[in-house]
Amino acid sequence: MANGPAILEAKGLVIKFNLRGRTLTAIRGAGLELYEGETLAIVGESGSGKSVLTKSLIGMLDRNGWVDSGSAMFEGRDLARIKEERDWLGVRGKKISMVFQDPMTALNPLLTIGAQIREVFELHHGLSGKKADHAVVEMLERVGIDNPEERRRQYPHEFSGGMRQRVVIAIAVACKPRILICDEPTTALDVTIQAQILGLIKALQRDLAFTTVYITHDLGVVANVADRVAVMYAGRIVETGLAEEVFYDSRHPYTWALLSSLPQLGVKGRPLYSISGTPPNLFNEVRGDAFAPRNPKALKVDFVAEPPEFEVSPTHRASTWLLDPRAPRIEPPPAILAMRAKLGGAKLGGAKLGAVGGAL
Amino acid sequence: MSGARETVLELRDLEVSFRLKGGGVFKAVKGVSFSIYKGETFGLVGESGSGKTSIGRAIVRINDASSGSILYKGREISGRIPKELDREVVRKIQMIFQDPMASLNERAKVDYIVSEGLYNIGVKRSEGERRAMVAKALLEVGLLPEFASRFPHEFSGGQRQRIGIARALIMEPELVVADEPISALDVSIRAQVLNLLSAIQKAKGLTYLFIAHDLSVVRFITDRIAVINKGEIVELAETEELFRNPLHPYTRALISAIPQPDPLVERKKVVMVYDPKCHDCSTDKPAWTDVGGGHFVLANEKEADAYRARIASGP
Repeated sequence: MANGPAILEAKGLVIKFNLRGRTLTAIRGAGLELYEGETLAIVGESGSGKSVLTKSLIGMLDRNGWVDSGSAMFEGRDLARIKEERDWLGVRGKKISMVFQDPMTALNPLLTIGAQIREVFELHHGLSGKKADHAVVEMLERVGIDNPEERRRQYPHEFSGGMRQRVVIAIAVACKPRILICDEPTTALDVTIQAQILGLIKALQRDLAFTTVYITHDLGVVANVADRVAVMYAGRIVETGLAEEVFYDSRHPYTWALLSSLPQLGVKGRPLYSISGTPPNLFNEVRGDAFAPRNPKALKVDFVAEPPEFEVSPTHRASTWLLDPRAPRIEPPPAILAMRAKLGGAKLGGAKLGAVGGAL
Repeated sequence: MSGARETVLELRDLEVSFRLKGGGVFKAVKGVSFSIYKGETFGLVGESGSGKTSIGRAIVRINDASSGSILYKGREISGRIPKELDREVVRKIQMIFQDPMASLNERAKVDYIVSEGLYNIGVKRSEGERRAMVAKALLEVGLLPEFASRFPHEFSGGQRQRIGIARALIMEPELVVADEPISALDVSIRAQVLNLLSAIQKAKGLTYLFIAHDLSVVRFITDRIAVINKGEIVELAETEELFRNPLHPYTRALISAIPQPDPLVERKKVVMVYDPKCHDCSTDKPAWTDVGGGHFVLANEKEADAYRARIASGP
């Protein structure tokens, strides 16, 4: 999975927005690599910047937002430096495309399903007439829509939520992109439909050989789809690693808190582990570790200096002072220890499971 | 557990219908019956369009029951009821809504939002008394009494949901209908609100009807669960029993589809698909059957026998 060179490499991205005369730093130096054919899941709560980060890769930041510094190299181009809408057209939709959360609003209610998929073939492939129609029918079949010849003449309101999401996916993959970004693709859907849609995306990924980025807050979905996971908090990626490493051997206190607060890992009748407070206000400058004010076991240094990224294994990194050799030993919460025990101390990604602090 | 327990709410053959454009009728809820006991958390789980919210809204009488009855402590509360009873039920059954962004009046201060119910039931109270009640309700949900003079937009999603809970608590309810109270909240805030709901229940001996689509949350918080599909309850059991021995194929499909935060489990998982045609109802009509120990399932006789055999042989 994580073999070969990265096809996309973002480094030190800083993204800012102007809101009513004040500047908000939504992304505070985020780095990210993407390897050919893998599935990366970006996890975080709302406001953590996961959508903003990926939107900047396809030039869809809102007008009041801009990439302040950093780079995002893709096929020899720095996406962070593209300014003209013209230049984006060769990337967005063609090389990197996106599936949005709500299939209700992603489709145009006034156009037939067929017309909306056809547009992609006309614009990017130069098809027209019967050939374009044929491509549309084939695409609808591919995403599992029965009766495509009839269905393509229907409007979005005649489709159910799950079927609409299939259409959105058809539009996104019609150009055979290299990277497909799925922004909460199943949040608006029922669990049984969700399972179908995740299965469809996996099957298409196998057939069309693209790389997938999921943006989600649902750790169940992450466990289902991801090869690698990146955890975002307050505009930074605080931990990244193989799915096994992040679920069974997480190192950042925020990842611990996020996993521990899941009802699936809770003990009935006892209060769930809960994260107190709210994320920091990104209008203000954040000092030290952004999670420190909500972390009851935060170290003194967490409030003063921003933790650098420590390597846990060649595939696993986390930005927390706990990984510094000088840090005291701090036991993770019980739910995390239970997750670790599931692997029974097995080796993960070349790294031995050890107590935090002694890992380096 | 069952037996001598006090029943707070009972639904008997409840039907909720909606008139469609063009004269047709859509039955959202078809003959639903169940009882909720005092002090328990009863979960009602189903997918969108299953009718779970219609049931909740019929209980707080936002929707009319088109047939069947709803009994609160043995007294009928659906249809036309005496004014005295109406007043009591308005107080004693309260609702918490899903979306805290949409359920609070944007133009009213928290003080008014929380005490609106008090104004409506028309009990004479001095301004001081009312203020004290608002302050108490806000403290109970972990907010500061000073917040009373602010507007909803000044609060985060989790805080807004707390305001919604305070608004229900101030009426001193016995039964709270919570319709997807945490679905619209962020993961890190969900645990806070779930813990708050549990703590309040313990402190006040409340009874909850917890309506949700997320089985993993429902498993954590409820004592019993009813699974609803297309307006019909297909299975009802104590929570752990339901997860140990899911019997109805719809329940099994629903449970199999829940994503688990555990990659090793997820990669091996097989999602079951529910096909309504798997029931052979040509001669043997399905009925609401107790297959043992308060585990009810909608099944015909042949299926019920198979289910009993499955429970006997262990999961």
